Amino acid sequence: MNLTLQQTFFAVFGGLVLLVAAASLLAYWLATHTADAVKTTWLNQLNSRIQAGWLIGLLFAVGFALGETALSVIFALASFFALREFVALTPIKPADHTALIIAFYVVIPVQYVLVAGGWYQFYAVFIPVYLFLVLPMVMAWRLDTELYLQRVAKVQWGLMLSVFCVSHAPAIATLEPPGYEGRGPLLLLYYLLVVQLSDVFAVMASASLGRTPLLSNPNKSREGVLIGGTAATLLGTALWWMTPFSWWQALLMATATVVTGFLGGMVLSSVKRSLGERQWDQGVALSRGVLERLEGLTFSAPVFFHLTVYFFVP
Amino acid sequence: MPIFPVRFLPPIVWLVRLLVGAYPRWIGCAPTATQRIYFANHTSHMDTVVLWAALPGELRANTRPVAAKDYWDRGGIRGQIARDELNVVMVDRARDDPNADPLDPLREALENGFSLIIFPEGTRTPQPLPGQFRSGLFHLAMESPGVELIPVYIENLHRSMPKGALLPVPTICTVRFGAPLARIEGEEKESFLQRARDAVAGLAG
Repeated sequence: MNLTLQQTFFAVFGGLVLLVAAASLLAYWLATHTADAVKTTWLNQLNSRIQAGWLIGLLFAVGFALGETALSVIFALASFFALREFVALTPIKPADHTALIIAFYVVIPVQYVLVAGGWYQFYAVFIPVYLFLVLPMVMAWRLDTELYLQRVAKVQWGLMLSVFCVSHAPAIATLEPPGYEGRGPLLLLYYLLVVQLSDVFAVMASASLGRTPLLSNPNKSREGVLIGGTAATLLGTALWWMTPFSWWQALLMATATVVTGFLGGMVLSSVKRSLGERQWDQGVALSRGVLERLEGLTFSAPVFFHLTVYFFVP
Repeated sequence: MPIFPVRFLPPIVWLVRLLVGAYPRWIGCAPTATQRIYFANHTSHMDTVVLWAALPGELRANTRPVAAKDYWDRGGIRGQIARDELNVVMVDRARDDPNADPLDPLREALENGFSLIIFPEGTRTPQPLPGQFRSGLFHLAMESPGVELIPVYIENLHRSMPKGALLPVPTICTVRFGAPLARIEGEEKESFLQRARDAVAGLAG
């Protein structure tokens, strides 16, 4: 197809807005026509995802209009809120203070400046190599060796999940496969669509089919995840024309995205449980569940990014 | 051109919410314009700003934190925030003038109809539960029977900013407002202060 970047974007985005609007109306209509407690619970699940969909769509439209730097800023804020939530869940000691200060006020800005500047060689190793070495040094400085390894590991995990992994989403927008120059944001939109919709489809299919609930997430069932994942993969294949991939390549990329997205969610749910899941007070809506909203993204973003770089960017 | 409600917030409130959340939970009372003394546990330098930022805007304008003169009454940004934003009531911990009652500025603020935020421990105790309360709260409570006494528990902040730290580690903290503390006729100072401390600790759960 010979659509310009703007035209393709508006076509996809317009379709998306219609879809979410239809879903919102449907959920609203269902909510006013059911008194069944079980249905109400899954409607709430669905509604929170629809709202997240609106928010992501809005942020993305703003980011797209303002350019790739704005996209980096938006994801940097997401990283900040995710790491903030991670730290709030983790027991920390005064001796960890310096390492955490570095994590929040140095690592997040540096990582996203590197991403926005497209310095792939550096941001691919900045956290997994340099911070991996620097943080234990900083924390050893205080000579507090009580639970040293656990404490270091928690800071490193927090940074890897909420900064390194999440930052690979805006990095997708900076990619320029041959014949696809300047269309990076569209590839990011494609990736986000596949990840988010596989989650939404899985919740919807689980709610309507039920059967065996997943241990990691009681809101989803095995059958629901399989069907939802397949639907998202097929959608990802059908949208091949907005990517640099051919249809079968899009099929494989979408499969990789859906599978890693699901596994990432499973790992994050285990992380949260091992930290001791905590009931947030009501009214903590803005920050509550940032990690949960990003869980599909954490594992799949670096994988999608790397597969694209490895196979499509010479 | 304010588009988001966030833009209406003073920068200091906006910054505090970004860094440490400061989410209010009105458990035992509602955020109404009644004249009140909010008394809370004191674990870090951020407490004053955090409790103040957790109040709704219309209450903030009428509520003055009580804070140590030796820490807040300085030049630079700290003094500026204390004077212009928080409208702090300064207490002279060092007692430069031995004849002056350090509670006088607080009495004056109460007479002028302001609500107060006080930290009865008098100093920071970086631990989950508050230490012993000092007697200032008792005297104020007895002298102004019309003022509601609201216990407040600030959660999580001692982890965000341990003693000696310059910057807070971002986290999510909630500020819990309890039910007004009842005054009991003829109660001794010690038992009143113990009851006040228990009311704050009871919100820690």
